[in-house]
Parts: sequence; structure tokens; C-alpha cells
Amino acid sequence: MARRVGIIGAAQTKYGRKPEMHLQDVAFEAVQKVLQKTGLKFTEDGSGIDATISCSQDHWDGWTISSKNVVNGGGGHLRPEEKVAEDGAYALYYAALCILGGHYDCILVVAHTKESQVDGRLIENSGLEPLYTRMLGLDFTSCAALQAKQYMHTYGISHEQCARVVIKNRGNAMHNPCAQAPEILTVDNVLGSPVLSEPIRLLDAKPTSDGACALIIGTEEKAKKWTDKPVWIEGLGCSYDRHYPGYRDLTDPLSLKEAARQAYGMAGISNPRGEIDLVELSEYYSFQELLWSEGLGLCEPGQGGRLIESGATQIGGEIPINPSGGLLSGIPVNVAGLNRAAEAAIQLKGEAGGRQVDGARTAVIHGAGGVCGQMHCVISVRREP
Amino acid sequence: MAHRKPTKYPDMFHLITPSKRLNVLSKDPFVAEGRLAMPYRYFPGPVATRFFVELRDNKRIMGIKCPDCGTVYVPVETTCGKCFVKTEEWIEVGNEGVLESYTATHYTIPVQPTPAPVIYGLIKLDGADTDLLHLLGEVDPQVLRVGTRMEAVFREKREGNILDIEYFRPAGNH
Ligand SMILES: [Zn+2]
Repeated sequence: MARRVGIIGAAQTKYGRKPEMHLQDVAFEAVQKVLQKTGLKFTEDGSGIDATISCSQDHWDGWTISSKNVVNGGGGHLRPEEKVAEDGAYALYYAALCILGGHYDCILVVAHTKESQVDGRLIENSGLEPLYTRMLGLDFTSCAALQAKQYMHTYGISHEQCARVVIKNRGNAMHNPCAQAPEILTVDNVLGSPVLSEPIRLLDAKPTSDGACALIIGTEEKAKKWTDKPVWIEGLGCSYDRHYPGYRDLTDPLSLKEAARQAYGMAGISNPRGEIDLVELSEYYSFQELLWSEGLGLCEPGQGGRLIESGATQIGGEIPINPSGGLLSGIPVNVAGLNRAAEAAIQLKGEAGGRQVDGARTAVIHGAGGVCGQMHCVISVRREP
Repeated sequence: MAHRKPTKYPDMFHLITPSKRLNVLSKDPFVAEGRLAMPYRYFPGPVATRFFVELRDNKRIMGIKCPDCGTVYVPVETTCGKCFVKTEEWIEVGNEGVLESYTATHYTIPVQPTPAPVIYGLIKLDGADTDLLHLLGEVDPQVLRVGTRMEAVFREKREGNILDIEYFRPAGNH
């Protein structure tokens, strides 16, 4: 990159069901926290935050143009505000491009969603193409189950290997004060939980969650001025695959591989497993952490099960994945990718407390969206020694 | 093609009443009950229309082939995204094929066409290069295997939509 973009600060709400809060106040809480942390303000003269980029989704918020919700809570009053209606990683991607393009020097990125306000399976159903898919009554979990079955069948991945993802991530969340569902679990707990859609069980899926996450990013000059621990965005990639699951090989996440290729190429990463210190990825279901690990080039195709069994992805392992607790510990959709970025930044700033990966200098942020991971966004970050 | 009656659509957005469990968290938060519902007409265009008319009138499943890469798409698409060209050549694929994946969905949402458990499958029809996503029936999901031969069962009364195939069942046992 000709110019560098730095993450200045990150903050989050505690995740969980928030029936007592209005949507806007959820976003407002995360924004207030990040302003307090960084000491920055919304300004017009370049002395603070120039613009807001929000991330939310109309159907989840229950009205169209959902960014209306964050005009006040996100500092958008009579100011530039734009919405990215995809995963929060895409909002960060777009914000970084706005800075690289020279249009703004400092941007607040905020993502919010209250999943508890609606039966999300109906939102997912309405997100499916109407002629061939939606009428069948499918949602993202039933489609993901088809992906899980095919993946497990093709590569001999066991349900126990998938359960180990749940155990690791919910266990990691014990050290994350923002996590919704920290818990020490066993394989029997996971395999004994109620079936949602074979082979996916209740504990294989992320819980319903409400919350918001806010990040402030800036030019190299601003980042150096406003934080003594800037985290540099070095690689950016995104890619879409076909929507219809039957048109894809669900066991081969091509759009993730392509997003990773772009990001790694930009950041000069040739051996991701050796060069990356930690990964925060978007596992909406336990098996997806294994499949996305393969797509991110952390292991060979079909080796995701062995990777988790080897212990390499634990905190303290060779390539820790989701030391935060991941999505399985309860992060809302849309917020998910931005939360991955916040957690990666917290790690590289050395502020992760009990979940800190010792000496972490490089991290990969992964956001996913759409049915069976139709689209992926990969962002690599690094801190200076 | 016949469209489903618009009155079907409101169900798609039916909101589930929040769980009573929510109320024990704090001081019984106030809930404003809402519902997003609107009739909507999707126009499939000539290519998908032909696919549905063939299902309805001839109980035939049609694919369409990309002139560049040769991929036979089922269900049909007007373009091959990979090659960025229009698909043109119609090909009748078999009403039978191989099961590539399956699942039994045990929860209920009001948009499901049959009572839970709803069994879904990805079926690669003979002559197709893509998998068709559909319902499975007349089968215990426990005996299904990836690779099982499946055949389409058509509805008696067909309306020109994807549910004109009622479901797929294991082939040859009937
Ligand atoms: Zn083609």
C-alpha cells in the first residue's frame, strides 16, 4: 500500500440479549466507549473524526435504510454517514479504502444488530433467492447443514472435531468480558445438545445475540498522533461466489481463497500459517471454523479436523484461532466481522488480558456473509515491534 | 407461469413473539409488536419461466448450458457468472440423480412447506453439472447416504413453481 491505514481504537458493548435497550442506544454505547478510549471527537476541521461508516441490515432492524438508527448514536448528525449493508468486515474494508483514496483522514466504523427482535431464520429465508430456494422454507442453518454434511462426508471430518471448536471458543470466551456465552463445555455437551438440522446441533450454532462494535481508523499520520499502539491494515481482500448453494462446491470455499489471496498478496504474506500470529474468523457454525481455516490457507483442504485436534489453534498454540471466543460465544450478524477486527486490534495492542496471545504482532480478520459463506472478506493487520 | 397467491407472502415475515424469558432479565421491558409483510411479485423472465412451464406442463426438468465452459445449470440461469456469457442451449436432464448432501431440519418456521422434520437434499440430476436443492420425502433420513439414487415426485396439481416437484425419493423402490 502506498499509504498506510491504522486502527486507532476499538470498543464493544457486552454481547447478549438487550430487551431493555433501543437499537440506537446499543450503537451509541459502543461509540461512546471508543470516543472515551481514544479521546477523539467528531469534528469538521480535521482535528478529529471526519466521517461515520455504519454497518447494519434493514430486515434485521425492521425498517428500511437501517442506518437511520445510528444517525444520532453514531455521530452522524448533519455529517457524512454511509452504510455498508453487509458484514462489518466489509464496512472496515470500505472505510480503509476511503482513507487510502484520500477522501477522509479519520473514520468511525460502527456496526450494530439486535438479533433478539426477530426470528432470524425468517430474515435468512427472505435473504434467499425467491424462485428456487426461498419457497422450500430453507434458512441459513438448514443450508449450512447441507454444507456441513457434504464437508464432513468428503473429508471424513467427525462431529467430535467440530465439537472441539465449540469447546475451544466458548472456553476462550471465559477470558473475554464482552462475551455473551462463556462456558466450559465437553464433547458430550455439544453432541448431546438438541438437533437443529442434522448434523448441526444447538451448541454447534452461534446463539442469538445483540450488541455493537465501534472502531476508529485513520491515516498513518493521524494514527501515529492519536495512539501509541497503532495497528496497521496491510492487506485487504473480498470476493463473492454464486448465491445458489447448488451451483457451488460447498466443500471448497473459492471466494474465501480468493479474498485471502488478495489480502495476503497485498501484505506480502506467502506462508500464512508461519507468518500470522492469530486469526479471528467468522464461524457461524462449528464446522465452518475448520472449513474456513482451510480456505485461509492455514492447513491443506480436508485437514481442518486434524488442525483443531492438534491443539495448534488454542491460545498458546502455533496459530490461535478465535482467542476471543469467536461467533459461537455470541456475536450478532453484521457486527461479526467488525468484532473480529476489534478483537484482533485488542490482541495486537496487547490489551487482551486472559485471552492474550503472547507477543502477537500479526493477525488475520475474516468476515463472512450470505448463505453457506457466499462472500468473504479478509483483512490482515500488523503492529510495529 | 402461475404465481403463488400474494396472500402467501405475509407469512414470510411473521414475527415470533419474544420469549417470556426476556422479561426476567430486567424490569419487564416494553415491547411494541410489529410485523413486516407485503405482497411482492417476482418476474422470473423468459428463461426461468420456461423451466417452470416445463415442470408444470410436461413434468420435465430442464437445464441450460453455458456455451463457453459447457456447464449445464439446473435450475436454470440466464448467464454463466464464471464465463460472463449468456447461457443458451436447453438440455433436458433426468428426473433422477445422485444425492450429494442431505439434512433433516427439526425446528419449525412458518415458511416451511411441510411439518418438521423437513428433509432437504442436494441432488445432482443425470446430465446436470450443478446440484438442485429440494425437499426429500418417503424416506427415513437415517437410511439416506451421500450417493443414494433419487427420483423426482411431481405434484398432481402443478402451479408453475419449484414446488411442482413435491420432493425427491430414493429411486426404484416404488
Ligand atoms: Zn461458463
